[in-house]
Amino acid sequence: MRYAETGYNLEIDLSTGNIEKVETDPKLTELHLGGLGTNAKIMWDRVPPEIEPFSPDNLLIFSSGLLGGTPAPAANRTIVTTISPQTRLVAFSMMGGFFAPELKFAGYDKVIIRGKSPGLVYLWIKDDEVEIRDASHLQGKGSLETSELIKQELNEPKAQVASIGLAGENRVYFSSIEHSRSSASRGGLGAVMGDKKLKAIAVRGTKDINIARPEEFIKLCNEVLQYIQWRADNPIKHVPPILAGLGSPQEMAIHDEEWHTTAFSWGNARYRRKDFWTEEVEKEWTKVQEGAVERLISCYNCPMKCGAVISYPSQELSKYMMKCYSKLTYVMGAMADDLEFGFRIAGLAQAYGVDGFSAPQVMAFAVELYENGILTDEDMPDFPADNEGRFFYLLEKIVRREGIGDVLANGVYWAARQIGKGAEEYDHNTIKKHEQIPIKLGMLNPIFFLLLATGEKINITQIEGQLPQAPFPNPEDRKEFVKDWIQAPSDRIKEFFLKWEPRGEYSFPFYPDFQTACELVEWQETMHYIDDALGLCAGLSSFPIKPPYHINNLPQIISAATGLDIDRDELWNKIIKRNRNLIRAANVRRGLRRKDDKPPQDHWRKRFPEHEAKLLDEYYKFKGWNKEGIPTKETLEGLGIGYVGEDLEKRGIYNEQSEEND
Amino acid sequence: MSKVKKTIKVIKINADLCNGCRACEVICSAFHASPKYSVNNPARARIRVVFDPVKNIYVPVYAGGYMAAECMGRDKYLIDGKEYEECAFCRSACPSRDAFKEPDSGLPLKCDMCEDDPPQEEPLCVQWCLADALTYEEREEEVDEELELDDMETGLRALADKYGFQNIVDAVARMSQKDEI
Repeated sequence: MRYAETGYNLEIDLSTGNIEKVETDPKLTELHLGGLGTNAKIMWDRVPPEIEPFSPDNLLIFSSGLLGGTPAPAANRTIVTTISPQTRLVAFSMMGGFFAPELKFAGYDKVIIRGKSPGLVYLWIKDDEVEIRDASHLQGKGSLETSELIKQELNEPKAQVASIGLAGENRVYFSSIEHSRSSASRGGLGAVMGDKKLKAIAVRGTKDINIARPEEFIKLCNEVLQYIQWRADNPIKHVPPILAGLGSPQEMAIHDEEWHTTAFSWGNARYRRKDFWTEEVEKEWTKVQEGAVERLISCYNCPMKCGAVISYPSQELSKYMMKCYSKLTYVMGAMADDLEFGFRIAGLAQAYGVDGFSAPQVMAFAVELYENGILTDEDMPDFPADNEGRFFYLLEKIVRREGIGDVLANGVYWAARQIGKGAEEYDHNTIKKHEQIPIKLGMLNPIFFLLLATGEKINITQIEGQLPQAPFPNPEDRKEFVKDWIQAPSDRIKEFFLKWEPRGEYSFPFYPDFQTACELVEWQETMHYIDDALGLCAGLSSFPIKPPYHINNLPQIISAATGLDIDRDELWNKIIKRNRNLIRAANVRRGLRRKDDKPPQDHWRKRFPEHEAKLLDEYYKFKGWNKEGIPTKETLEGLGIGYVGEDLEKRGIYNEQSEEND
Repeated sequence: MSKVKKTIKVIKINADLCNGCRACEVICSAFHASPKYSVNNPARARIRVVFDPVKNIYVPVYAGGYMAAECMGRDKYLIDGKEYEECAFCRSACPSRDAFKEPDSGLPLKCDMCEDDPPQEEPLCVQWCLADALTYEEREEEVDEELELDDMETGLRALADKYGFQNIVDAVARMSQKDEI
């Protein structure tokens, strides 16, 4: 019997209409766990670098995690993996909600999509019955509307649906896959789905998931729930309210937006407005939010209420669902000052299915080009004069790929190069061709430098976590913080935190030392890779400070669920390193090199090029990578994936002359 | 009939607080698995959350009694301008729908308030509802003594209703001859 996982994948070829249920090799679970780990293995084996994002041979994988659908709270993430049309690298965005557990209950760990359908279709999975159905009547429909229509026509109110909107159909490079209140939005996965002419996947399952050591497992789950309750009464002190609790930042419940509005940048990631948050704004925004939020809601089997049902009369459907920070990304990108605008445009953007991080950045970039005469009235006929109107205008153009929208739909990096005339200068907030959260700060942060530069998820909130973002000024507060820091990976990390000061010898950028910086970065990254293999939400694990899941209890939880005996060393130093290096190698094979490992260019005002180069050198060494950031043959062999190194060698990648070091 | 003291166990459902996470379904199905917690499958749960985010409808409903026949008509509720689906609040396993039936056998399920040895402090769904949509109360009442059907009898009764009593008797006889039981 297979435990925690189902042991089956569903292989769908949309070109031929072939559907197969394939038993998976249990050995792969031991080597990679599941979720992102086994996705990475499939991508490595089956999608060589010659395959373009919009090739029928590109795969689009919808995966549950190894713990997905078990009673482990918040084990509900769907890990979607493909080659991104925007970054041309392996993209592995994820979404919460209910899709992955339902897929497991239908009897599958993954759905692996290949090929391209001649006409628009959707996939319907009901336990053992799987069907490719015509979706021509759903063309152009909004994402949520699509899912409602499919549930109605199947007469399956309990089905879970993941769908794309118009943006995905039109292969917008930052289009999302939407499901319930969640979306897999980073990396343009929706465009690949649209390219395959797959409008949606609907799934309903009524089968069992088995647990290897039930008594032990449920005891651990209960401890997780008890810790969540304890943390609700014991918020972290000395950090902004939005970071004090668990879950994804509680944007739907909390009205205090001082931190986002004053610390993050507005417009095309340009302006900090340190005095924006006034009593007047707070009063007005509180009123708007309370009027819009009808109910706080959760994902599958998770007590956190990160999402909300939003009611706005102007939407395609009278309601939609929202979470986290997307209520602000459009407001700040448009310099709109008006939260109501945020709720209006976010609902529309979700219906079209675009990424709430990238889309406002792209639009703010276009506005800036217009204001600087690089884009003109010829490019943008009837371009409105007001900021809000401009954003609505651009959104409509982009999702239809109409006029200038056809260029902007490729994202800031590609659009800048297509537009030319100096537009490249305005592309200043991307990493690896992907738009980033608009943060511009003062002093170089060596830890975030490494996270931003080398993280292949290319999205800071999905790379960092668990460590307070700034030192506590008072040493006594640090001592208190460390006292019950059961999540810390080592005493060294605790010592680092105890000494860490806002100014002086023990402050950024030269503190911590290289070794500690490497350890801190690897710990944070490892936690995210664990979550992505297990299908756990970062909101109860790798992201918040003092979460209920951490490096010291996860090995036990995995072991009890699966019956595999995995200790901390095996989990961190073997399995997760293997998964991490597999992703790195797949991207190296696609051209990723040291030159791409950079933070956004003006992320910090005070930069230290020599120190940064040394940080990168040391981190690469720490990871077992060469000076170009390529995993060495020895590293790969040591992780039991020597075949990866052989492939890189055969391609001549180890013999390349480094541009930077020559 | 003589009077006996009976503990009335009440799960109070505050639908306004329900966040639709379905943890109640998860832990219910796990608790009732054999061995306990070895299997998890919300389709086997004795509670289901009727929910429709687009209409902002969230209602946890418990499995009650088994009904041999469906109702003569169906009902829809309109509350605060929201229309609730047919049979949304009904607790019965009945022929008109697949709610509260074992997915493989089709046999009816019924909430037993997590009877356990030693007894649980509260039903598991209440313990796992951190949103406090489900809370637990007990009170004493004097009631007429009555025989209660146990799970097997309820199941047999459902099978007899479905296939006819004689067919069940015949099948049991055949099975015992083949040493299958």
